[in-house]
Amino acid sequence: MIKHILPSIKLSIISLLLFVGIYTLVVWGIAYAVAPNHGNGEVVQVNGKTVGYKLVGQSFTQPKYFNGRPSAVSYNAAGSGGSNKGPSNPDYLKGVQSAIDTFLVYNPTVKKAELPVELVTMSGSGLDPDISPKAAMVQIARIASVRHLSEGQLTALVNKHIEKPWFGPAHVNVLLLNVDLDKL
Amino acid sequence: MNLEILGIILMFLVTLIIGVPLGRYIARVYAGEKTILDFLSPIERFFYRISGIDPNKEMNWKENMLAMLTINLVWFIFCFVILVVQQWLPLNPDKNPNMLPDQAFNTAISFLVNCDLQHYSGESAATYFTQLACMMFLMFVSAGTGLAAAAILMNALKLKTSTELGNFYNYFMKSCTRILLPLSIVLAVVLMLNGMPMTFHAKDTITTLQGDTVQVSRGPVAAFVPIKHVGTNGGGFYGANSAHPLENPNYTTNFILMVSQCILPFAIVFALGFYLKKQKFAWMVFGVMTIGFLCLVAPTVMSEIHGNPAIAKMGIDNRAGAMEGKEVRFGPAASGYWSIMTTVISTGSVNCMHDSTMPLSGMNQLWAMMVNCFYGGKGVGFMNFYIFIIIAVFMSGLMVGRTPEFHGKKIEAKEMKIASIVALWHPLLILAFAAVACFVYVHHPIKYGYWLNNPGYHGFSEMLYEYTSASANNGSGFEGLGDTPSKFWNVTTGFVLIFGRYLPIIGQIAIAGSLAGKKFIPESAGTLKTDTVTFGVMVFAVIVIIAALSFFPALSLGPIAEYFSMR
Repeated sequence: MIKHILPSIKLSIISLLLFVGIYTLVVWGIAYAVAPNHGNGEVVQVNGKTVGYKLVGQSFTQPKYFNGRPSAVSYNAAGSGGSNKGPSNPDYLKGVQSAIDTFLVYNPTVKKAELPVELVTMSGSGLDPDISPKAAMVQIARIASVRHLSEGQLTALVNKHIEKPWFGPAHVNVLLLNVDLDKL
Repeated sequence: MNLEILGIILMFLVTLIIGVPLGRYIARVYAGEKTILDFLSPIERFFYRISGIDPNKEMNWKENMLAMLTINLVWFIFCFVILVVQQWLPLNPDKNPNMLPDQAFNTAISFLVNCDLQHYSGESAATYFTQLACMMFLMFVSAGTGLAAAAILMNALKLKTSTELGNFYNYFMKSCTRILLPLSIVLAVVLMLNGMPMTFHAKDTITTLQGDTVQVSRGPVAAFVPIKHVGTNGGGFYGANSAHPLENPNYTTNFILMVSQCILPFAIVFALGFYLKKQKFAWMVFGVMTIGFLCLVAPTVMSEIHGNPAIAKMGIDNRAGAMEGKEVRFGPAASGYWSIMTTVISTGSVNCMHDSTMPLSGMNQLWAMMVNCFYGGKGVGFMNFYIFIIIAVFMSGLMVGRTPEFHGKKIEAKEMKIASIVALWHPLLILAFAAVACFVYVHHPIKYGYWLNNPGYHGFSEMLYEYTSASANNGSGFEGLGDTPSKFWNVTTGFVLIFGRYLPIIGQIAIAGSLAGKKFIPESAGTLKTDTVTFGVMVFAVIVIIAALSFFPALSLGPIAEYFSMR
């Protein structure tokens, strides 16, 4: 073992320089040159003021906005994580039931069978920026009545924001949708 | 929904299409033949010269293992030290505190053994410096270690009669410079173009559209994530791992990250075929692995798409599937597929929270890690499979009354003893430690009440999962387990990690070394053919018997009981 110690230490130092030092600098340099916002993360601005990051979900609880999914970290991206509740946990199922009841109180025109499951379940990161198109559509009646807008106008807005990746599920970025909603 | 299933089939096919030529390339690298990256050899020679290493010096299996253990010890000490003093080191704009010793012990070990079980959240418990110089560094070198061990095994299988198995340092350095580094750089560029941050700025404080004040954690993510997947490491930059929108921004990155984490485990199997010039044998191995994988992945994807029956009973629109702990941009199919791939290949990165998946999915994730050789981690996956081959050869030999031979070498009592110990070691670690944890919990239900996030069967599964993940060097978790502030979990899993990594590798290399030294017996009409379907079925049976018999009782108490309780 003794005769391997010195070569090991030297090889470790060199590996550290190459795989941590040089590699990181190269990636950082490329990011500065080609990545959106020089690798600092894509921000969303309203009137020149940053209101959020495009990829990071934020809390929308007011009835006048399209609401996102419930979050285990209250959408504070200083941390991240899910509820980690098991599917058979009785307390968890009670929580889901009460989220359903709350939604139906705020959206009296929506039938229970129309409420998509992701609006009452927490995401894995707690920062999910998206909801499904269906989850946006079921909120249109509420927003139309709060904001005194026509439902047709809002449907068109939602349709404009639907992103459909090649094989993945269709989704709507809630922040971008709400920024445009404020402009109506 | 059908389109989503098509998406995961495509993920598998793309991996296979890249895996075969990559395997050919890896075989050439280890054989020392000409490759496209030969312009790196002066750099490598320079490294060897500074370190005082002769890369051409042949070593026997014991010396190779000694070299591996020594350099691993050096890395452990270095990383442990920088974690406990990280607060005072540079690149800490968020002023995150030092790690406590038990936490640093667990973290350093966990990244050292390519497991990346994380009892901390990167946002608040690590600095940019330790993320790079400890976690990312270990992700490179532990992956290099696993690959080097596989190269030694491949060499041992190829040799006719010799005790010299090549040079660990040489295989290690080449694995890092020729395989891991180039793949990581390419991947980093693709990921940053999709919006992954690469910055040294601190957390950003913003006022949201609705008027809340929140922080957004950033960091050098785009450097960190590629090697996390290419090296089947799986340790997340953020607490939520690949579910975090900055660590996995969209469906495209999800696809690419999925492919990038399984290309090396696939490629190693084919590399073996090219290296030994026994491609039919490689396809037999790959076929057995794939059948095992399909048995696990198909029911999982189905049950995730089907959703939670308890929520369906509430009368809402449950067609989106089991969305608790999942991201909308990935959906249940790609999340279910990921959850099995990541447990099968020992990456342990997650794009959904496994704790919230359906009971049968949880069972399959556990089973994938318990078997730990359907593909398996890059390098070590095939090595685990090798143990089952040895046992299958021996049993087939007994059944037909022939001397058990594998690639022209007799398998005798010594090899069988080691193979049996290695095969039983994994169940022993998992079940014994899970039993101890249950004992402690049951006797102190108040004091350790915070351990379990869920009651009943699922709570048991959380503890079982943690040790399974540790022993399999996987790193995913049923994260509801209260392991973050717990010395008990830090210390016990730390030891399981060490035992689960080094003993099997040493055992596998010992068998290979012992076989390599034996007299070569040319193939004859009486030789047991190891590249046939019949032999494939035999290996599969051995795996199922060992894994099913040892783990079935524990699984019955956890996920299986939960499944029946929900019907």
